[in-house]
Amino acid sequence: MAPSKRRNVILRITAEQSGKRAKIDLNTKVKDVLQDKKNANDVFDILELLESEKEKDVVNAVNACSKLFSTLLEKKDLFLGKLPTGEEEEAFIGGLSAEEKYRLFMRQRYSSCVEMLLEHLDHELYSVKESALCCLMKFAEGEGRHPLEDLDWSEHYSFPRELLQGVVDRLLSRTTENSMLISRFQEFLEMEDVRYYVMSSIRENVGKVLAKNKGALIPVYQNNVFSLMSNISIPSQESGLTNFMIKQEAKHDDWKVAKLNEHKRAFEKMWLGFLKYKLPSNMYKKILVILHDSILPHMSKPTLMIDFLTAAYDVGGAISLLALNGLFVLIHQHNLDYPDFYKKLYNLLEPSVFHVKYRARFFHLANLFLSSSHLPLYLVAAFAKRLARLALTAPPTALLIVLPFICNLIRRHPSCRVLVHKPSTQDESVEDPYLMEEEDPAQCRALESSLWEIKTLQSHYHPDVAKAAGSINTPLSGLEDDISELLEKTTYELMERDLKQTRKTVPLEFETATQLLKGGGDVLGQHFCLG
Amino acid sequence: MGKVPKKKRSVADKVRKAKTSFEIKNNPFEVKINRKKFDVLGRKSKHDVGLPGVSRSKANNKRKETLLKEYKQKGRSSKFIDKRFGEYDTQMAPEDKILKRFALERQRVHDKKDLYNLNEDEELTHYGQSLAEMEKFNDAVDSDDESEEKGLLSAELTASHFGGGGLLRKKTGGQQDGEETHRAKSRQELIDELIQKSKQEKRERQVRKEESQELTEKLDQEWKSIQALLVKKTPKCDRAEEEKPKLEQYDMMVRELVFDMKAQPSEKLKTPEELAREEREKLQKLESDRLRRMMGEEVEESSQSQSHISADDLHDGFILDKDDEKTLSYQDGKWNIEEEADKDKTEEDDEEEGHSGEEEEEEEEDDNADEEGRRRRRRGSRRPAMMKKMVTLTWSPSKKATTEERKETSAQPSLSKEEIKAQQEAAKAELPYTFTAPESYSDLKDLLQGHTPDNQRLIVARTQKSNHASLAVGNKLKLQKMFGFLLEYIGELATRSPPELVAVDKLIPELYSMCQMFPEAACKAMQSIFEDAGHTMEEVLEVKGHVPFPALDMLVYLKVTGLLFPTSDFRHPVTTPALLYISQALTKCPVRSLQDVTSGLVLCCLGVEYVTFSKRFLPELINFLAGTLHLAVKDKTSLGYTVVPPFRPTGKCSDLLVLSDSESCASWTKKSLPLSATRHLELRSERDRDHHRLTCVSTCLDLVKRCCLLYKDLPSFTCIFRPIRTLLSEHLSAQTLPELLQELRGEILESIGGAAVTRCRLVLEKKKPIPLKLLTPKIVEVLDYGKKRGCNREEREKERLKHKYKKEFKGALREIRKDTRFLAREKLTEVMDRDSERKRKVRELFGSLATQEGEWKALKRMKSK
Repeated sequence: MAPSKRRNVILRITAEQSGKRAKIDLNTKVKDVLQDKKNANDVFDILELLESEKEKDVVNAVNACSKLFSTLLEKKDLFLGKLPTGEEEEAFIGGLSAEEKYRLFMRQRYSSCVEMLLEHLDHELYSVKESALCCLMKFAEGEGRHPLEDLDWSEHYSFPRELLQGVVDRLLSRTTENSMLISRFQEFLEMEDVRYYVMSSIRENVGKVLAKNKGALIPVYQNNVFSLMSNISIPSQESGLTNFMIKQEAKHDDWKVAKLNEHKRAFEKMWLGFLKYKLPSNMYKKILVILHDSILPHMSKPTLMIDFLTAAYDVGGAISLLALNGLFVLIHQHNLDYPDFYKKLYNLLEPSVFHVKYRARFFHLANLFLSSSHLPLYLVAAFAKRLARLALTAPPTALLIVLPFICNLIRRHPSCRVLVHKPSTQDESVEDPYLMEEEDPAQCRALESSLWEIKTLQSHYHPDVAKAAGSINTPLSGLEDDISELLEKTTYELMERDLKQTRKTVPLEFETATQLLKGGGDVLGQHFCLG
Repeated sequence: MGKVPKKKRSVADKVRKAKTSFEIKNNPFEVKINRKKFDVLGRKSKHDVGLPGVSRSKANNKRKETLLKEYKQKGRSSKFIDKRFGEYDTQMAPEDKILKRFALERQRVHDKKDLYNLNEDEELTHYGQSLAEMEKFNDAVDSDDESEEKGLLSAELTASHFGGGGLLRKKTGGQQDGEETHRAKSRQELIDELIQKSKQEKRERQVRKEESQELTEKLDQEWKSIQALLVKKTPKCDRAEEEKPKLEQYDMMVRELVFDMKAQPSEKLKTPEELAREEREKLQKLESDRLRRMMGEEVEESSQSQSHISADDLHDGFILDKDDEKTLSYQDGKWNIEEEADKDKTEEDDEEEGHSGEEEEEEEEDDNADEEGRRRRRRGSRRPAMMKKMVTLTWSPSKKATTEERKETSAQPSLSKEEIKAQQEAAKAELPYTFTAPESYSDLKDLLQGHTPDNQRLIVARTQKSNHASLAVGNKLKLQKMFGFLLEYIGELATRSPPELVAVDKLIPELYSMCQMFPEAACKAMQSIFEDAGHTMEEVLEVKGHVPFPALDMLVYLKVTGLLFPTSDFRHPVTTPALLYISQALTKCPVRSLQDVTSGLVLCCLGVEYVTFSKRFLPELINFLAGTLHLAVKDKTSLGYTVVPPFRPTGKCSDLLVLSDSESCASWTKKSLPLSATRHLELRSERDRDHHRLTCVSTCLDLVKRCCLLYKDLPSFTCIFRPIRTLLSEHLSAQTLPELLQELRGEILESIGGAAVTRCRLVLEKKKPIPLKLLTPKIVEVLDYGKKRGCNREEREKERLKHKYKKEFKGALREIRKDTRFLAREKLTEVMDRDSERKRKVRELFGSLATQEGEWKALKRMKSK
C-alpha cells in the first residue's frame, strides 16, 4: 500500500478529468472502503477531495462522505464513546483489538469529516453549502438512530445535539447572509425534534453572541437569526406533533420534544432572548409585521411580549403603527390594560400615515379601535377632526379611505354630528378653534370645531374624492360604509377606472393648440423654455 | 239616440202645429214649464216648455187608432189576406212582381172578353196621350242641324218630340183661326209643311252666316290698312314727347328697381369631401410642378414641348415615319424642302425629349396619384401638340419665325445652367406634396427623420391632407393610427439627448387638428400611454417603494394632454388619469438631485395649469411646493411645520436648494429654465449651481403665489397654507433672498395673511319634508263632458247601450202602463155603456109594462063603470 503514491495518482486523474470520472472513482473508492477494511486508508483520499477548490469535486466528495459514513453508522462500525485526546491516544489505542482500532480510526475520520463539512457551511458557493448541510443532517439522523455514545441510562434521549448546535452556529453567521441556506434548512425544521433542538440552539447562540457584543447591532447576524426564527412555526395542536426525525423507542411520550407546551416554551424563550437586545429599525418592522400572525399565537405566555411592544410603540412613526397590531392582539385576547392607549394612537396621526406602506393595516386597526361605542365623545371628535385636518395633505387613495372613515365615526357616535351640523343663529365667520398641536385629545377643542376640511375636499381634483366628501352635505345614512375594500386600493386602480371606461364621446379642448408651452394659463411657458 | 228624439219632436211639432193653436200655447193651464237645474248659457233646450194636455190627447188618439182597434178585433177570427201575386214572396224583385201582375191582368182581360176581338184598339199612352198619335210626328226633327240646335228647346220641338199634342194643336189652332176648313189637314200635309219650314229656316241661317263672315273679312282688311299707320305714328307722337319727363322719372325708378343688385345666389358651399378633393388636387398640382422643376424644365416650356401622342399610339415607342407627315410648303414661291427637313429634325428631338421626360415623370410619379390625374395631364399636353401639327399644315411664311423661336427657347436653358441646377436642388430639397400614410411607427420615423422641424410639420400636415378620411375608405383608420405613431414619435423626440423639443413644438398644431378629427382614437392613444406609465410606476413602487421622477417624454405627454383635452372636466377619460399620474409622481418620487427638483417643478407647473380653470384642490401640489421650499431652509433644527413625504425633515438630500454662497444672490437674474434641465444639468461652477437653485426657488414661489390665488376661496385656506406660511415667515428670512424673491415672498405672505376667514358653521342641507302619504287619485281621461264615461271605447259603448236600454225599458214600461190604463178605461166605458143600456131597456120594459098594466086597469075600471 502506498497511499501517497495513490493519492498522487488520484489527484492527477481528477485534475485531468472531469467530475464524472471522479465521481465514478469516488464511488468505487467508497465501495472499496466499505467492502474491505484493508482499504480503510482510502478515506483520506476522499477527505482530501473535500478540501479541493473545485466546486464539483467538493460536492462529489461530500456525497461520497455522506454515503460512506452513513453506512458505517448503520453498521455500527464507528467507535462508541468519547474520543480520547492527544496524549491519551497512544495508550488508548494500545489496549484495543484490531477491530476496535479500525473503529476508532473511522470514528476519528468521521469527526474530522464533520468538522470539514461544518466549515463548508461558510463556503462561498451555495451548492457546496447546500450539499454540506444535507450531508450533516443525514449524519445527524444516523447518529440519532445509532448513538455514538453509550446511553444506557433511561433519562437521556439520544439526539445529536452537538452536531445540530454546530450546524446552527454556522448558519447564524455574522458575516454572510445565509437566507438562502436557511430557507433550505426549513425543510428539516418541519421535524419536531429537530425544530425543538434548533430552537434551544438558537437561544444559546443568540445569548452567547449578543451578550458578547454588549447590545451592539450586528445587522447581518440579526438578519440571519430573524430569517431562521421566522421560518419556525409550531403546530397548533399536540396531535400535530408526529413528524420526528428520530423515534425514541423507550418512553417516547415522556420526551420533552413530544410535548407542545415544551415547544411553545422553547419558542418563547428563543424569541424573547432575541428581542431583548437592541434591533435595527428595519428589523423592528420585519418582526412587527409577522408578530401578531406567526409569533404571538405560538407563545405560551404572549403577555411577555408587552415590554417589547410598548418599547416599539414608543419609537414612533411606522414602527409604532406596526406595534399597534401586536398590542391589539394583547389587549383584545389577553386582557392587557394599556394606559393612554387612545392618546398615543391620537398622536400617531401624522401626515406620514397616509404615505407609509402599512397604511391599510393602520386604518384597519384604527377602525377596530374606534369601533367601540363606549368611547367618549371628545375623543371621537378629536380623531375625526385630526384625520380631516391631515386629509388636506393626503393622496387620493388615502382620501378614499379617510373620508368614509370619518363618516363612519360620525355615524357610530351620532352626537358627533355637531362636527358637520351646527346651526347658529348669527351668521358670523368663525376661526377654527381646533388645536392641531395639542397632544391631549381632551384639550384640543375638536368638538367646538367643524369639519371645514371635508368641505374643502369637496373641490378635490379627483371626482371620487369630491363625491365622497360631498356626503357630509346631506344627513348620513344609517349604514356604515365598508372601508375594508378601499384599504388596498392603489393609484393605478383608480387610474384604470377612468382608462377602462369607454365613453361614446370624448370632450376635446376647444382652444386651438399652437405651441407646446402655451395654453392652460401659460404657467409652464413662463418658467420653462424649450431649449 | 239621435234619431229617437228627433222623431218624437217631429211628431210633437206636428201635433203642436196641427192641434195647438195660439191660444193653447198661451194658455197657462196647458203649458207646463220644466224646471232647469242649471242654466247653461248658450244652450238651447228643447224641453223647457211642455204641453201635457196636447200630448196626452195625441197619445190617446193614437191609442184609439191602434190599441183600441186591436182590442175591438180581439176574439175575432176573420182575417184580411192579400192575395195579389207574389205578395209574400220575398225572393222576387218588386219590378218582376209588377210585370207579372200586369201580365196576369192582361191575360185575364184577354182570356175572357176579347177572345174574339180582331180589332186591336189597345192604345198605349204616355201622360195620357196616345203614343200612336205621337209617332206620326217623329220625322219632324232634322238631325243635320243638331249642332246648331243644340241646347234649344222650342215649344214646337218639345211638342213634336214628346207628344205635346195639345200645344201643337193650340198653335195650329191659333194660326188658322179663320180657316175652319183646313182644320182637318191630313197628316202628310202637316209633315210636308214642317219639313219645308225647317228647310227654309236653315237656308236663312246659312245666308246670315255668310254675310257676317264677309263683313268680318272686310273689317280685317280695313284694320290692316289702318294698323300700319298707327304703328308708325305712335312713337313720334307729340303728346308722348310732352309726357316724356314724367315717364322717365317713373321709368328710371322701375329700371333702377329692375337692375338693382338683387341678392344673388352665392356659390354653393363646398362639402368637406369637395374641399378635401380640391385640397388634394392642389397638392397634386404642386407636386407635379415640383417634379417638373426637379427635372430641370421651365414650367411653361415643358407644357408646350409636350409631343403629340396619337389616339392609336400603342405606347411602344414606335413613331410613324415622318415622311407621311411631310407637307408641302412654299417659301417665297419655292418648295421649302430643306427647311422642312430641319424642322423635322428639331421636332423629332423635341418629341424624344418630351417622351423621355414623360416616361421619367411617370416613373417618378407617386403611387398615390391616381389614374385620372395622369390622364388629365396627358390630355392637356396633347392639345398644344395638335396645334403644332395644324401649324405645320398651314400655308404660312411665318414658319421660319416659329422654328427660330423654338430654337431660341431650346437654347435658353443651356445659357442658364446654374439656375437650373439651383432649381433642381431646390426641388429636391423641397418636400413632396403627397405622402402615403405611415403603416407603422418606423414608417413615420423614416418619413420625418432628417427634416427640419418646420418641414416635419409640413410633412405631417400634407400626409393628413392627402389621406383625408373622406377621400378613401381606409384613410380614417390610417390617420387614426398615425396619431398614435405621432405621439410615440413625440415621446421619442423628448427622450433623445438633447431633446428635440422644438420639433415637438412644431408638431403640436397637427396633433391638435388630428385630435379634433378623431377624438376617440386620440383618447385611446393617450389612455394607453398613461396606462403603461401608471402600470410601470406601480410595479416599481411595489418592488422598491419609490420611483424616479418621470422622464421628459412623460412630462411632454402630460403637457400635450392638457393641450388636447379639457382639464377642467369633472371626470375625463384622459385628464383625470393624467392628474392622478401627476399626483402620484409628486408623492412617490423622492427628490435626490437638482434635476429631480426641476422635474418636480415642471410637474407642479402642469398641475397648476390643469386646475387653473376649475380651481380644484390638488393637495400634492401644495405638499410638493412646501417641500421644495423646505429644501431651501438652511437651519432645520426647529421646524414649526411637518413636511409630507417624499420630503424628509432632515437627511442627506434635504439641503438641495440651500445656497452655498450667499453672495451669488446679487449676480442672479431670473431666466426661464430649459425643459431639458429635468434630465441633464450642466452646472460647472458653484455659482451656476446657486443660480439654478435660486431659479428653482423663484419658480416655486411663483407657483405658490398662483396657488394662493387659486385656493383663496377654500374654507380651509389658512390650514392648507400654514406650513408654507411658517416656512416663509420664520425660516426663509427676507435678507437672504434676492429682491425679486423678496417681493414674491412678501406678496405670498400678504395673500395668506390677508385671506378673509369666510367660513360659517357647517350645516347639513335641509331635508325636504316628507309629505304625508296620500291615496293617489285615479286619473281618468275626460273626453266629453256630460256624457257617460268609461275608461276605454268598449266600456263607453257598453255604458251607452246600458243607459239606452234603461231608458227604453222605462219608456216601454210607462207606455205599457198607459196602454193598460187606456184599455181599462175603455173596458169601463164599455161596461158602463152596457149597463146603462140595460137599465134603459129595463126601464123601457118597466114602462111598457106599466102602461100595459095601466091600460088594463083602466079598461077594467071602464068595464066596471
